[in-house]
Amino acid sequence: MSEILLQIEGLTKAYPGVVANADVSLTIRKGEVHALLGENGAGKSTLVKMIYGLVKPDSGQMVLRGAPYAPAQPRAARAAGVAMVFQHFSLFDALDVAENIALGMETPPPMRSLAQQIRQVSETYGLPLDPYRTVGELSAGERQRVEIIRCLLQSPQLLIMDEPTSVLTPQEVEILFETLRKLTAEGVAILYISHKLEEIRALCDAATILRQGRNVGTCVPAQTQARDMAEMMVGSTLHTPARGPRTMGDVLLALNNLSRPSASAFGTALKNITLSVQAGEVLGIGGVAGNGQDELLAVLSGELLTPADAVQFMGQPIGQATPQARRRLGLLCAPEERLGHAAAPDMSLVENALLTGVQRKGLASRGFLKWGAARRFAEDIIARFDVRTPGPDVAARALSGGNLQKFVIGREVMQAPKVLVVNQPTWGVDAAAAAAIRQALLDLAAGGAAVLVISQDLDELMEISDRFAALNEGRLSPAKPTTGLSVDEIGLMMGGAHGMEVAHV
Amino acid sequence: MDLSAINPTLLLASLMVAATPLLLAAIGELVVERAGVLNLGVEGMMITGAICGFAIAVNTGSPILGLVAAALGGAVLSLLFAALTQYALANQVASGLALTLFGLGLSALIGQGYQGIKPPSFPKADIPLLSDIPFLGGVLFRHDFVVYLAIALTAVVWWVLKYSRIGLVLRAVGENHDAAHALGYKVVRIRVAAICFGGACAGLGGAYISLIRVPQWTEGMTAGIGWIALALVVFASWKPWRAMLGAYLFGGITVLQLNLQAAGVAIPVEYLAMSPYLITIIVLVIMSADKSRAPAALGRSFHASQ
Repeated sequence: MSEILLQIEGLTKAYPGVVANADVSLTIRKGEVHALLGENGAGKSTLVKMIYGLVKPDSGQMVLRGAPYAPAQPRAARAAGVAMVFQHFSLFDALDVAENIALGMETPPPMRSLAQQIRQVSETYGLPLDPYRTVGELSAGERQRVEIIRCLLQSPQLLIMDEPTSVLTPQEVEILFETLRKLTAEGVAILYISHKLEEIRALCDAATILRQGRNVGTCVPAQTQARDMAEMMVGSTLHTPARGPRTMGDVLLALNNLSRPSASAFGTALKNITLSVQAGEVLGIGGVAGNGQDELLAVLSGELLTPADAVQFMGQPIGQATPQARRRLGLLCAPEERLGHAAAPDMSLVENALLTGVQRKGLASRGFLKWGAARRFAEDIIARFDVRTPGPDVAARALSGGNLQKFVIGREVMQAPKVLVVNQPTWGVDAAAAAAIRQALLDLAAGGAAVLVISQDLDELMEISDRFAALNEGRLSPAKPTTGLSVDEIGLMMGGAHGMEVAHV
Repeated sequence: MDLSAINPTLLLASLMVAATPLLLAAIGELVVERAGVLNLGVEGMMITGAICGFAIAVNTGSPILGLVAAALGGAVLSLLFAALTQYALANQVASGLALTLFGLGLSALIGQGYQGIKPPSFPKADIPLLSDIPFLGGVLFRHDFVVYLAIALTAVVWWVLKYSRIGLVLRAVGENHDAAHALGYKVVRIRVAAICFGGACAGLGGAYISLIRVPQWTEGMTAGIGWIALALVVFASWKPWRAMLGAYLFGGITVLQLNLQAAGVAIPVEYLAMSPYLITIIVLVIMSADKSRAPAALGRSFHASQ
């Protein structure tokens, strides 16, 4: 066993109304990759924020290299050799790479020599990056490189990584792991937060599992089944979605050679997209975020109009139809962004149910709203999808991400769509709720609807979809049956490694 | 109509004088907005600066002390805005509008008894040798030092924003305050400092009008210059040199149209009076057609818990 780098004992942090961490202890050794596991809201983020000096613990102590460690702010943590790569990148779009990196350093050298250093480190670790490019133009994978290089330039002893692979293709993940192994060989310890248990089994030497702010166990990932780890996280047995027998019917939705520029400046244009979904089928669309997912959903929902023939619903051209008209026909969509796109944050669940259900559920007559019917509709969704809320009158904003997601998906599913398009249906949702949402999508398809699932979670797509296609820079690969599809094939469909190379230290 | 009555030397010289209060206010607001704060109270801070400067200059007999007091007055008033928006997390648009109304009222109150008084005159900085150059000397080098201060301030703000560490941090805060906070920068402190700087610049601009350009005190004498400064910052794409260009263009056309009016040009006075606004905005709109955009966090409230 190597030397202990960081020892945490009895760390507790309470916020008004909720205990984020209660008496958490863990030990990280030099050169070790230590996984931190837990559901959403289990307290992983709070724990790493305390280690990084962003949050002050209420009680408990930390010992770094034998000396007491209590960083008052991130600056102190960085000075002590602790660096962090954030889940939602802490980058500045309008600034260039070198400026972004300088902001994360204590005493940055003059810009020119910093650019030189960036080039050097990026070559050593196989993370090519031009210091003078504006960050807003970079892909998600490249943005992550900026964060990692920012950390590496400070020669950290402990590197905290919060969900680093959620935006990467399988090839990019492999290269990231290669980089991380190089680092651990140099004695750097890595605290690794992820939901992806198979990754943790491949990479990590030890794991600490949190549930509701408490440390509920440790394990050696390589010797533990992914399912056992998941059950430790959830604290109960896990229900796997069951795929019933399904009969494929007619093509319900088809895109024919569709091209459409994006509506936003940093968006991706769709290029020559052709796809079709049959009744009873689940079509999965993978790809790294920012490769045209939002635009594809907008084209299908009617937020972006296209030539009429490019989008066909049951043989009818609907490219020029408005979202309302498409809903009337039976084409429903649930976008990725819950607050502000799929739901109006400050309106109640009843109002939100009414907003998309008004037509298919007949919640209005002659311009007057039927509040009673709308309330019943919202209560039905809450009951059937197990949405945890005090009642249908609370604001959408007050629900946790997972609960709101169940509500948003349930609202569309219960309108009996002929075609349902969902983007990131289980993003940020814990394992039990995710399983329930997937089951609902499968049931919908079994009932004869066509379901199109856009997601970055490959495991999810492999689990529920019949055919798989990938978006890469606005182009859609031909769809292939998911049975027998290998990870390598999927990675190539997603565009390979985006010009990365393996580290050569 | 007699165009020969227009003296080009005097015209260009008074252009620089007319542009200076606008430039000062715009540069201050530019820094505030680059830090991600939208302070619509520029007009209120200018008029407050104008009366603070005027009162102190009259009472002490020192126009320099007057300018210092004007900057202080503007900064103190802006602190009210800072307290409302940065600590109480009030809406920035509403707070800014309130600040303007408050400033106009406050200045009218302080200004009771200062109407019709002449302030001590301001020394001109006749730069030796340079001011003797024919034509250029008269245009460029025979002004009071505030004209040069405004230009120097533009250069300093440009340099600081582009090359210095503090400028980089300020831009970062204006771009993404959550990320800046995550990296350990004091978002609120930096924004309050920027708001104060903006207030001081606006106050200085106001005092330039009451002490040097006009020089006397009348209620509401800033006459909308603060609003022009706000528009100028947007149309200048948050770039200091463009703001200066806009200010000089505006000042130039203002002076020119006054001269044209005096010369009796056969264009209705209303058209001449609106021309500075129209032409400045048209030119800057054309120039801002490039990719530059507003600081991403502009006008958004920041609270560390989110």
